[in-house]
Amino acid sequence: MSTFVYMTRCDGCGHCVDICPSDIMHIDETIRRAKNIEPNFCWECYSCVKACPNHAIDVRGYADFAPMGHSVRVRREEEKGTISWKIKFRNGTVKDFISPITTKPWGKFIPKLAEGDKPNQGEINSQILYSEPKGLNTNKDLPKVEKSSFKKGVYY
Amino acid sequence: MARKTIFEDCDVLVVGGGMAGTGAAFEARHWGRDLKIICVEKANIDRSGAVAQGLYAINCYMGMQWGENMPEDHVRYARNDLMGLVREDLGYDMARHVDSTVHMFDEWGLPMMRNKETGRYQREGKWQIMIHGESYKPIVAEAAKKSADKIYNRIMITHLLKDESKENRIGGAVGFNMRTGDYYVFKAKTVIVAAGGASHIFKPRAVGEGMGRTWYAPWSNGSAYALPIEVGAKMTQMENRIVLCRFKDGYGPVGAYFLHLKTYTQNANGENYEKKWYEETKKLVGEYIDHHPVPTCLRNHAFIKEVAAGGGPIHMVTKEAFQDPHLETVGWENFLGMTVGQAVVWASQNIDPKYTNPELTTSEPYVMGSHATCSGAWVSGPEDIAPDDYFWGYNRMTSIDGLFGAGDTVGGSAHKFSSGSFTEGRLAAKAAVKYIQDKKANGIEVSEKQYQNLKEVIYKPMENYTVGRNEITGGTVSPSYISPIQGLQRLQKIMDEYCGGITNNYMTNENLLKRGLELLDWLQEDLENVGAEDYHQLMRAWELKHRTITSQCVTEHTLYRKETRWPGYYYRGDHMKLDDENWHCLTVSQRDQESGKFSMEKKPVYHIVDDKEKKKAS
Repeated sequence: MSTFVYMTRCDGCGHCVDICPSDIMHIDETIRRAKNIEPNFCWECYSCVKACPNHAIDVRGYADFAPMGHSVRVRREEEKGTISWKIKFRNGTVKDFISPITTKPWGKFIPKLAEGDKPNQGEINSQILYSEPKGLNTNKDLPKVEKSSFKKGVYY
Repeated sequence: MARKTIFEDCDVLVVGGGMAGTGAAFEARHWGRDLKIICVEKANIDRSGAVAQGLYAINCYMGMQWGENMPEDHVRYARNDLMGLVREDLGYDMARHVDSTVHMFDEWGLPMMRNKETGRYQREGKWQIMIHGESYKPIVAEAAKKSADKIYNRIMITHLLKDESKENRIGGAVGFNMRTGDYYVFKAKTVIVAAGGASHIFKPRAVGEGMGRTWYAPWSNGSAYALPIEVGAKMTQMENRIVLCRFKDGYGPVGAYFLHLKTYTQNANGENYEKKWYEETKKLVGEYIDHHPVPTCLRNHAFIKEVAAGGGPIHMVTKEAFQDPHLETVGWENFLGMTVGQAVVWASQNIDPKYTNPELTTSEPYVMGSHATCSGAWVSGPEDIAPDDYFWGYNRMTSIDGLFGAGDTVGGSAHKFSSGSFTEGRLAAKAAVKYIQDKKANGIEVSEKQYQNLKEVIYKPMENYTVGRNEITGGTVSPSYISPIQGLQRLQKIMDEYCGGITNNYMTNENLLKRGLELLDWLQEDLENVGAEDYHQLMRAWELKHRTITSQCVTEHTLYRKETRWPGYYYRGDHMKLDDENWHCLTVSQRDQESGKFSMEKKPVYHIVDDKEKKKAS
C-alpha cells in the first residue's frame, strides 16, 4: 500500500499522526488534512486506519507487487471489544471476519502496582518476580538447575 | 539555532516501550515503589515495536501448570535450533518465568484461545499458544502507563550518557522530541535498553513503495545494539542474523500454517524438496541435520538450494486444509491479527488458499535477539544458575555498570518472542532496582560538557541541510550532504553485496567482508554529512546512524567466525563447513569508544541441561 487519506472524509483531527509507529502520517499544512508522507516506510500495520474516527484512511497495496482493485477494510470497536474485517479481492471475492480484541473492560484488570501490597524485604534478593511463585500456577517453587551439572564445550 | 533543553532525573530509565520495555516499566514499579521510573518511546507506546499491529500467537509458553513443558525442554529446543550456541542460563531463566507473564496477560483481558476438550490454552505447536491479539500492544502499554511515573512518546534516544565519576558506569541517555525539536537529557541511575533490533540493514526484496513491507518492522532500527555498542558494551553473536521463510511479498507468518493447519511445502513439481538436500546438508553440518525439529536455518538451506537449482517457486500446500471452514478462518485471521499486508497481497493477486497454493520466499536478513536468532549485548545471567564466566552481579546487566538490556538487546537468549521479551524486561527491571538498593548508583556525575557536546552532534544533520541546501537550486542531489534515504540505500547495498544478502544468495567470505568494512567506514564518515530537512528526517538520520554502527558490528562478527554455523542464514564461502572443534563458542566484540575499532574474543558455551530430548527423538 501504503495508506492514503480521502480528502472529503478527513477533518484533520490528527489521531493517525499520534498513533503511527513509523511517524509517516502528518498533517498537510496547506489542506489541513492528514497524508502519508513516506509510503515506503509504511508497514501496512493499520494502526492509523483503526484509529481514524472518520474512516478516512484506506490502504492500496504496495505498487511494486500488488495489482489494483482490492481492498482490506477494518472497523475496530473498543466498546464492543471486537474487530471486523472485510477483504475484497481484485476478482470481486469477498470475505468477512470478526474477532474479539479483549475479554475484559479496558484496563480494569491491569493492576496499579504502586497501590498494591509491597514485596517482602529479602524478596529482592530472590529470583522470583511479581506474582511468583503463585502466578506460575504450579504450586511449586521456581525451577532451577544445579550448577554442578554444567558442562562446557561441544555437547552434541 | 536555540533549542530548549529539558532535564529529567530518574532512577530507572527504560529506552523503548515495546514488549520488553513495557515489561520493564511494570516490574520496576513492583520492586521499586518509591523510585522514579521513566519510559521513553520513539513512537506511541500504544502501537509501537514489533507487536504494534498485534499477534495471533504467543510463541513462548511452557505450560508448566499442565506439565506440558519445563524450562530445560525450552533450552534444548532453542539450543538445537541455533545449532548449539545459546546462553542457556538466560534461556532457562526466561523460560522459568514466562508462564507467570502469560497468566497476567490472560487476567488483563488478552483473548486467549482455549482447547474445548482440555480447557487449556489452545496450542498451535509445542511452544505456541493461540490468541486473538489485535490489542496485545495496547493492553501491555496500559500496564506500563499505570506503572511508570512518566511515558514520553515521540522521543528518539540517540546516545547513552556515561558517568564521569566512576569508570565504566552509565549515567543516563539523551535524545530529541520529533514533534517539538526539544533536546532531552535523562540523567538516570540505571538504564534498561529495550529498543528494537534491526530491519533494513540489508537490501530488502522490495525496493520501491513496498520496501516498508519487511518482515520485521521498518521502525526497528537497531537502537537495541547501537546504543550499547557506542558506549563500549560487549556484544555477542552479532553474526547470527536471521532469514525468514515466509509467504511471498507480504512476509505473512507460516507458524500457524505449518503447526496448526498442517500445511506443508513443495517445489514447483509437487515434490518434497527438503529430503533432496539431506546428504548435501549433512556434509556441511554433520549430525545437526538429524536433530529434531530440524533447525530453522537448515530448512532455509534446503529452500535456498532448491530455488537455486531451478525448483522454484516453492509453494505452501493450503488447498487441503482450507477446505475446513474453521481452518480457513484461522488461516486468514492469522494474517489480520499480525500481518495485514499479507491479506492485502493475496486479495490483490486473487490468491485464495482454498483454491491456490500460495508462494513462499526467503527474506532479506535481519538482526535481532528475540526470534530464532540471538544477536545482542553480552549480559550477566541470574545468580543461581549462571556459570561464573556469565555472572557479574546483576541479571541482564551488560558489561557497563548500571546498563541493562531486555528483548532484542540481550544476546544469547533466543526464542523468547513477545512473552519472553516482556519477561526479560521484568527480569532486567528487578535487577536494576536491586542495583540501586545496593547503592551501586551513588554519586553519578554527568557534566554539562558531555550533554552539550552531544546536543551539537544530534542536531548537526539539520545544520548540514540548511547550509548545503543553499548551495543548490533544488532537487535531492547535493555535493555536501546526503539524505537519510540515500544513506540507507547505500548501507543496504553494502550489506547485501558484501555481508551475505539476498542478491548474493546469502554468500560472503573474508575478502568480501573486508571490503565491506572499508565501504562501511566511508559511509560512517559520510554520515557526518547526512542532511535532515526537518525533525522527522532527523529521526531518519539517527535511525540510519544506528543501523550503520550495528552493521559494522555484524560485519566484524561475521568476519571473525571462520565457519558456516547456520547455513540458510548466511554462508562463509571460504569456510563452508560447521566447525565444532574451533567454533563451538560464543563470539564477543567490543568497540573502542575513542578509535571506533572492534576487538573480538571467544567465550565458552556452557550447557546447563543435558540432552535428554535428543535421545528421545532418535
